[in-house]
Amino acid sequence: MKTFNKGGVHPEENKLASNNKTKVFPLTKKAVVFVSQHLGAPATCLVQKGDKVKVGTLLARADAFICANTHSPYSGTVTKVDVAVDFNGFKKPAIYIDVEGDEWEESIDRTADIKREITLEPKEIVQRMKDCGIVGLGGAAFPTNVKYMVPDGKKAEFLIINGVECEPYLTSDNRIMIENTEEIFIGIEIMKKALGINTALIGIENNKPEAIKLMTAMSEKYKGTEVVPLKLKYPQGAEKQLINALTGREVPSGKLPIEVGCVVDNVGTALAIYQAVQKNKPLIDNVMTFTGKSVKPENQKNLLVRVGTPLQEIIDYCGGLPEDTGKLISGGPMMGKAIMDTSAPTVKTTSSILVINEKEAKRQTPTPCIRCGKCVDACPMGLEPVLLSTLCSQDKWEEAENECVMDCIECGCCLFTCPANRPLLDLIRVGKFKVGALRRARAQK
Amino acid sequence: MGTIIIIGVITLTVAGIVLSLILYLVAQKFKVVEDPRIDLVAEKLPGANCGGCGFAGCRALAEAIVKAENLEGKACPVGGVPVMAQVADVMGLKAEASDPMVAVVRCNGGKCNTHKKVSYDGAKDCVVANQNFAGEGACSFGCLGLGNCSRACKFDALYINEQTGLPEVNQDKCVGCGACVKACPRLVIELRKKGLKDRRVFVSCINKDKGAAAKKNCDVACIGCGKCEKVCPFGAITVANNLSYIDFNKCKMCRKCVAECPTGAIHAVNFPPAKPKVEKPAEETAQVNNDNNPQEKGTVNENI
Repeated sequence: MKTFNKGGVHPEENKLASNNKTKVFPLTKKAVVFVSQHLGAPATCLVQKGDKVKVGTLLARADAFICANTHSPYSGTVTKVDVAVDFNGFKKPAIYIDVEGDEWEESIDRTADIKREITLEPKEIVQRMKDCGIVGLGGAAFPTNVKYMVPDGKKAEFLIINGVECEPYLTSDNRIMIENTEEIFIGIEIMKKALGINTALIGIENNKPEAIKLMTAMSEKYKGTEVVPLKLKYPQGAEKQLINALTGREVPSGKLPIEVGCVVDNVGTALAIYQAVQKNKPLIDNVMTFTGKSVKPENQKNLLVRVGTPLQEIIDYCGGLPEDTGKLISGGPMMGKAIMDTSAPTVKTTSSILVINEKEAKRQTPTPCIRCGKCVDACPMGLEPVLLSTLCSQDKWEEAENECVMDCIECGCCLFTCPANRPLLDLIRVGKFKVGALRRARAQK
Repeated sequence: MGTIIIIGVITLTVAGIVLSLILYLVAQKFKVVEDPRIDLVAEKLPGANCGGCGFAGCRALAEAIVKAENLEGKACPVGGVPVMAQVADVMGLKAEASDPMVAVVRCNGGKCNTHKKVSYDGAKDCVVANQNFAGEGACSFGCLGLGNCSRACKFDALYINEQTGLPEVNQDKCVGCGACVKACPRLVIELRKKGLKDRRVFVSCINKDKGAAAKKNCDVACIGCGKCEKVCPFGAITVANNLSYIDFNKCKMCRKCVAECPTGAIHAVNFPPAKPKVEKPAEETAQVNNDNNPQEKGTVNENI
């Protein structure tokens, strides 16, 4: 069975909610929608106080190249356009909506039947992705349409679909692969058409047997798309590792996957593209997981939640927090970020609320490095985390840049494996931030 | 026997003369002419190589001064006026009177005045914490209290007060080099004029949130009400983005704004204690200050 070649770790799987069917989360009363929910330039807000909006109304427009539209996930009245606190506690521009009913824009096809015929031309497909505000749902929220504008001189050979879900606890991708199998395949057909290729590889880790079975069965019907079961290893869902696992190719340092002829997208994105292109539905909801070791089994849930729903409502819906809660994480335990404010709303890429108990939430006290080299073995990018973190702690940004600090994918393998509990990734993140700023300053000169 | 000694002496003498001649010629040929004033100027400088002047070290500053033949924009913040007067003497120039600067911490939130929402147990580094979250007290502008500034200080003038969780500046040791200003990821610390008799009036808050939001997280936040701007007779105070700022070049230290501030965000340091017959509002504010502040009267931030 295939996997990627370098590094990687094996955290406990803990896919506790993988057999729980996705439920539709009830509508909230007061929604808060961030104006920008993507990576790149901020979007321009189009609505103001008092405006009536429907589900699917454009709230913020993408004016820059790397930018995405934001649509209203609810119908109702805009009460104010102000700042709101995100789950990290930072304030960002947001649109407050008082929800009234559930009225959708007429252009959106709300029927449940599956539409198989693809009528749009490749250019129209890419435009539709942009119009519907599709962003990568793997976590980075990179505007998807940008990936499908292949630069001159490059050629896409493989479409790679990420159904790996290598993060422990998360089960939302698993659920959509089981419940929306055919939609995902049609989405993949659309993506293939947009790229003008006929080869797609879907990577799924072998801890999801049901998804592999259903997806493989469906792949009989859609020629050119192959399901590849992968050996369990974290971080297989990172795009460079997945490309390596599926094609054996290696993306050069500092380059994008298109350099080796690959375009990588998540299964969630494939589903969103199906809905955008075939049903004209913008990205206004996604499946997320509520889970954790101390959460009761009946409260472990996969929920289809609209963007802009306060996290606290989701927690209440799932029976509240267990008593021994030490920390809440949005995203997986390896790469996710701690939630400091539960009044914050969900965004397009919110994939989970993960409840960590007090014992596991506590970070161990760092002790001196014993030079065991475990982090070097674990790094899937072939970097030396111990060296990078030392350079970053000494403010040696140029040297860190020469040691390819920018290639770090922040997977957290080094931190996970360090027997001395050193804050390796924290320091490397600072280095990435500083080197990024240095590079921008150099580019301006 | 005697001849051998004589031959030896003569040979060594001749060799010595020849070699010294070569050395002399080489020294002449490769002589590096260095302005002697560089050494003289460098001698006057403190020699701590702190970089506070903006140059790589004391000698680099001396070289720059001698090369430029003027003192414009070149001053040693550590030595201050006395040292620069000596340097000016060496250079035959007139010393510019530059006001000594001191680091000022513009946050009074910390452990006592903000409402702790979460606890942080990540890496003890402000830059790391700033990337991860807004802060334990949920203020996304204020001090994180993890001590990057005190680690950056080469003069032992800054330390984190364990009780308040805020950095405190020892104004006698602070030389105004600005290392802490650069180390702070949130720009909490500012260099301000040390002021006459070390007296200063400044806004100890940099929160740009709207009043209600700022006050929700911190009892002593500037809410941008603009009362200080109205009361200031010298036009030294501007309120922009819900935050008041006092221009230290215009401020005449009348302290009207201190009395006016409803949240006690404006601090006056090193003033003598208010006399009993001071008007009522001022007294009340001083009282509020005392209540909210475990430190006395908001003055102690600077004083040890």
